[in-house]
Amino acid sequence: MTDSKYFTTNKKGEIFELKAELNNEKKEKRKEAVKKVIAAMTVGKDVSSLFPDVVNCMQTDNLELKKLVYLYLMNYAKSQPDMAIMAVNSFVKDCEDPNPLIRALAVRTMGCIRVDKITEYLCEPLRKCLKDEDPYVRKTAAVCVAKLHDINAQMVEDQGFLDSLRDLIADSNPMVVANAVAALSEISESHPNSNLLDLNPQNINKLLTALNECTEWGQIFILDCLSNYNPKDEREAQSICERVTPRLSHANSAVVLSAVKVLMKFLELLPKELDYYNTLLKKLSPPLVTLLSGEPEVQYVALRNINLIVQKRPEILKQEIKVFFVKYNDPIYVKLEKLDIMIRLASQANIAQVLAELKEYATEVDVDFVRKAVRAIGRCAIKVEQSAERCVSTLLDLIQTKVNYVVQEAIVVIRDIFRKYPNKYESIIATLCENLDSLDEPDARAAMIWIGQVPRSAQTIHSLGGVLFQVQLTLLTAIVKLFLKKPSETQELVQQVLSLATQDSDNPDLRDRGYIYWRLLSTDPVTAKEVVLSEKPLISEETDLIEPTLLDELICHIGSLASVYHKPPNAFVEGSHGIHRKHLPIQHGSIDTGESPVSAGPVVPIEQAQSVIPSQGDLLGDLLNLDLGPPVNVPQVSSMQMGAVDLLGGGLDSLVYLFSQVWLPAVKAKGLEISGTFSRRQGQMYMDMTFTNKALQHMTDFAIQFNKNSFGVIPTTPLPIHTPLMPSQSIEVSLPLNTIGPVMKMDPLNNLQVAVKNNIDVFYFSGLIPLNIFFVEDGKMERQVFLATWKDIPNENELQYQIKECHLNADTVSGKLQNDNIYTIAKRNVEGQDMLYQSLKLTNGIWILAELRIQPGNPNYTLSLKCRAPEVTQYVYQVYYSVLKN
Amino acid sequence: MIGGLFIYNHKGEVLISRVYRDDIGRNAVDAFRVNVIHARQQVRSPVTNIARTSFFHVKRSNIWLAAVTKQNVNAAMVFEFLYKMCDVMASYFGKISEENIKNNFVLIYELLDEILDFGYPQNSETGSLKTFITQQGIKGQHQTKEEQSQITSQVTGQIGWRREGIKYRRNELFLDVLESVNLLMSPQGQVLSAHVSGRVVMKSYLSGMPECKFGMNDKIIIDKAGKGGVTNEAGKSDLGGGGSTSGKQSIAIDDCTFNQCVRLSKFDSERSISFIPPDGEYELMRYRTTKDIILPFRVIPLVREVGRTKLEVKVVIKSNFKPSLLAQKIEVRIPTPLNTSGVQVICMKGKAKYKASENAIVWKIKRMAGMKESQISAEIELLPTNDKKKWARPPISMNFEVPFAPSGLKVRYLKVFESKLNYSDHDVIKWVRYIGRSGIYETRC
Repeated sequence: MTDSKYFTTNKKGEIFELKAELNNEKKEKRKEAVKKVIAAMTVGKDVSSLFPDVVNCMQTDNLELKKLVYLYLMNYAKSQPDMAIMAVNSFVKDCEDPNPLIRALAVRTMGCIRVDKITEYLCEPLRKCLKDEDPYVRKTAAVCVAKLHDINAQMVEDQGFLDSLRDLIADSNPMVVANAVAALSEISESHPNSNLLDLNPQNINKLLTALNECTEWGQIFILDCLSNYNPKDEREAQSICERVTPRLSHANSAVVLSAVKVLMKFLELLPKELDYYNTLLKKLSPPLVTLLSGEPEVQYVALRNINLIVQKRPEILKQEIKVFFVKYNDPIYVKLEKLDIMIRLASQANIAQVLAELKEYATEVDVDFVRKAVRAIGRCAIKVEQSAERCVSTLLDLIQTKVNYVVQEAIVVIRDIFRKYPNKYESIIATLCENLDSLDEPDARAAMIWIGQVPRSAQTIHSLGGVLFQVQLTLLTAIVKLFLKKPSETQELVQQVLSLATQDSDNPDLRDRGYIYWRLLSTDPVTAKEVVLSEKPLISEETDLIEPTLLDELICHIGSLASVYHKPPNAFVEGSHGIHRKHLPIQHGSIDTGESPVSAGPVVPIEQAQSVIPSQGDLLGDLLNLDLGPPVNVPQVSSMQMGAVDLLGGGLDSLVYLFSQVWLPAVKAKGLEISGTFSRRQGQMYMDMTFTNKALQHMTDFAIQFNKNSFGVIPTTPLPIHTPLMPSQSIEVSLPLNTIGPVMKMDPLNNLQVAVKNNIDVFYFSGLIPLNIFFVEDGKMERQVFLATWKDIPNENELQYQIKECHLNADTVSGKLQNDNIYTIAKRNVEGQDMLYQSLKLTNGIWILAELRIQPGNPNYTLSLKCRAPEVTQYVYQVYYSVLKN
Repeated sequence: MIGGLFIYNHKGEVLISRVYRDDIGRNAVDAFRVNVIHARQQVRSPVTNIARTSFFHVKRSNIWLAAVTKQNVNAAMVFEFLYKMCDVMASYFGKISEENIKNNFVLIYELLDEILDFGYPQNSETGSLKTFITQQGIKGQHQTKEEQSQITSQVTGQIGWRREGIKYRRNELFLDVLESVNLLMSPQGQVLSAHVSGRVVMKSYLSGMPECKFGMNDKIIIDKAGKGGVTNEAGKSDLGGGGSTSGKQSIAIDDCTFNQCVRLSKFDSERSISFIPPDGEYELMRYRTTKDIILPFRVIPLVREVGRTKLEVKVVIKSNFKPSLLAQKIEVRIPTPLNTSGVQVICMKGKAKYKASENAIVWKIKRMAGMKESQISAEIELLPTNDKKKWARPPISMNFEVPFAPSGLKVRYLKVFESKLNYSDHDVIKWVRYIGRSGIYETRC
């Protein structure tokens, strides 16, 4: 008699019959009945109504029957919590059974029943089982703690099960250790900061010992756990690596990959000059290759991981490109992955072989694979310049096959080759054009149009009116290009296309681009030419590289699903957002030798140096107080204009404070242009401005107001413009300022928002005040006070900057800085370096202490700034920078 | 960890469904059926993500095994587990088929309960599983306390793959060196890639807990021993019966992996292979070589297109090994275009047939000695077609079996020590056999 008969009963009244059989007196009959119930459950029938009858069968000595009943219980207990309680007694009794297999079975099953009442009864038996004399029971209990944690985390903590679990790490039985590690690792994932696992060198040693002795699965748990450990120094990292490397010869690919993960992580800690570092690199390659002789699914996982490893450490597999050659009967997913890796490993040394392979693949059957192979040829051309010519001729051969998708794909990659090597292969355009008719995919058409920017294919373009947006965009660009090259012949065409794009199109992107071109062409054709026909940026050699921080994170997940998806776990695991992201360990000591953590070099201060203030609540309020009449409409700045401003207002210009800047361009203020600077003269701050009238009417009734700002700057007098400003006339005014106004912290700190009114409208602008106008004349500190203060300010407030390419001696430096009220208190010569100690004070009483290190012969100065309010140091640095550079 | 495990038949009906984690619902069973088994497209990946649930699947004949999870599990481990699961089932009831699975579903549930706990794989060695999971239920109460604790210590212990107290009247062991030689050759006869993947399979019928030591002509070992003078182990080389033509002494192994019984740390430090073997048949090691491979056959293709409706194909095969050895089960498969209308074949040896359903000419030769040559020529008539796509010309593939190891590997010794029982290495009867088979052995034409 076989079991398959249980699947076949399919009568009505089946449940009723089963009920009767379950209550049969004969043990054998009851067992048969339970089997039928399980079979029905498997195929998805609802047999939950039989709950009490099945539970009745639980009291049996027959282990097989017991297991079946348990299986039923695990499935249905949740839907019948009240009845499930009937089973508790039997469980508790089984937990005391002399047979360890039964004790373990009971505790294992109880943990799977997610009913509160049962969970309550679980605690005592579980506690006992964790200390059971039999390792089989202990290893089962260890996993049970993880189950309980999943149901009721609080209970696990309250009952002290976590400590018991930690004790099991020191168990004598390797499998108990492995399960305890697995359970703790899982639990600690939901407590990211709790250091549950407590990985210290002693524990690591225990794990490494157990690693040699436990089952293959246990080895995986332990290796995965080890990879989360951060060795304290390179020596420890090396000794762990030495004990992990033997695992690379394990038959189980998961053990191998987990070992690779540990080694890849710890490699980061080993110095490159160490012999062991290179030995280890060499040892990594053969096992990775061996993974490819496994079954296809494991090959797939291995290939996805190798893809990451090759990006992180290309040297490991650079000699092994042949093993990634595609076999005719590889499953498609293996083929595609191999192709990816082939491209990454392609180099001048092996390009001939690779190309021969790729050409072969381009004749295969699977469309995706063929396309990818064709794309790969293009990537080879871009990556290995010497091969470009051969790649192009291979592509042309493929185009000759006239296989539709091959041709289209080839045209797309040829575009990229054109971009990489301009003016080299244009002779093949004619061949490409022969295939125009067969192009029906948007990508290929767009590519063809792009290629067709060469004037002679004007006719071609005209005939290519696609309906697809992508095509239209490229088409638009192509026609504009054409117009700029041959204006006389194509003027009509351009106008037609532009009006189509701007008026008839529903697509906002297309419309916007149409407008941009239109305006460019109508206002300044020369600039238009520069913009549209500019040099195209070269395309990079490596495409679809994984972004480095993500790559590092994925390296920490080698072997796992994340490495298969090439996505961080929180992208596909629910509720994992709280989990901290893994990152590669950082080599110890690198902080001392590397660059200072604070960015060095000239910091471009703030891009929005002269952006227009958006309408802001309290500013508006202030303006109303000015009694300007009804606030006339605030100028609407379209995003396009903003963009233009950003382009024009180069960041570096704003560094040079000495020259006046245009704060308010005439286009934004109905003809009023304001430019100016800030300065400090004889202890008084001024805002020096030039007002220019670029409109056609005269302007009167000027007034000015500042928004609240970080230093409380306000004008001391009204704007001294008393005469009307005639068209194309300009007037210079000096507005004295003081710092007694209301204070509000701005971002950036030295930002000043200004409103100017005239008879036409109210205008807003903002400017950055160079901090040196706030440096007061009594900023010289006593030496003793300086020393004491320097010590007093905590070290974390010290920030370091570099001033590069400065060729001044120490005395000139102090002289220059003194003009701006930065006083040199002391000068020391330490080991040939000049150290200048300087102080300065702001109008609001903040002291800033500086140490400037000048090394003779080295044009890069190091500036250390200490201040109780560290947020200002950045701006002080800017002052240093601009003073010393001018 | 693994959240659930399902087994389906080819129609997508569930045969086994075991859920381990609360986050996996019943709808997961259907999601896999609808999105993978019933998907119109060919399977593009063994891992599928459906609604934030990941499905791993392997197929055995027409049975689908799927593991489900919602977590970031170790993907390699899941697949290895699925393979292991197949091995375990096969060792219990033979072939994995719908029939067998239905017949043994209670047993399968029992196994799944044992080898996966909360989705964590546990001991999955059939040797020890069979001591307490039996089709007849369990002996349960009939076991003595000693027996029970022996079972548990074996399941959890360091030597989980072997139980104590095994006795044989005759201590015997069989070693099979099974190699599959893979080749990809260009039409011009240039080797594009070649490698041998080999396995050493051992059948051991040994009493007690024997300690074994396995030696082969590994270059690293030989070179090491060579430096230290004459090796005394070389005297035992009577075990090596390889038939390679070259007289080379040692081979360079690119990489090898071992059964979990082998002490890896010892291999890492001394490169010696020592272990306590499981009882019965198991795979001791796998290895891979790429250098100095003896390619047993060379295929020389010649394809000529005569006009648009005719192809002439001529293929010569040459055997390249000792004339005294015989290759068997030789089969050459010559692909033909899809629009083939008729084929005429002439071959000097064996039988050749055009198989329209497979789009290939299949040429079979029962036996062929070394250093011989044979050829086939065929005329292929084609139907005129307007299909623009060129025929892809798949490579010519070959199958064969030769009685030597193409990698050149030789077993030097396999010593058995059992200190507690009174038999010594000399009392053990040892058999060694070498079989080289073709893996993917292709020549492009």
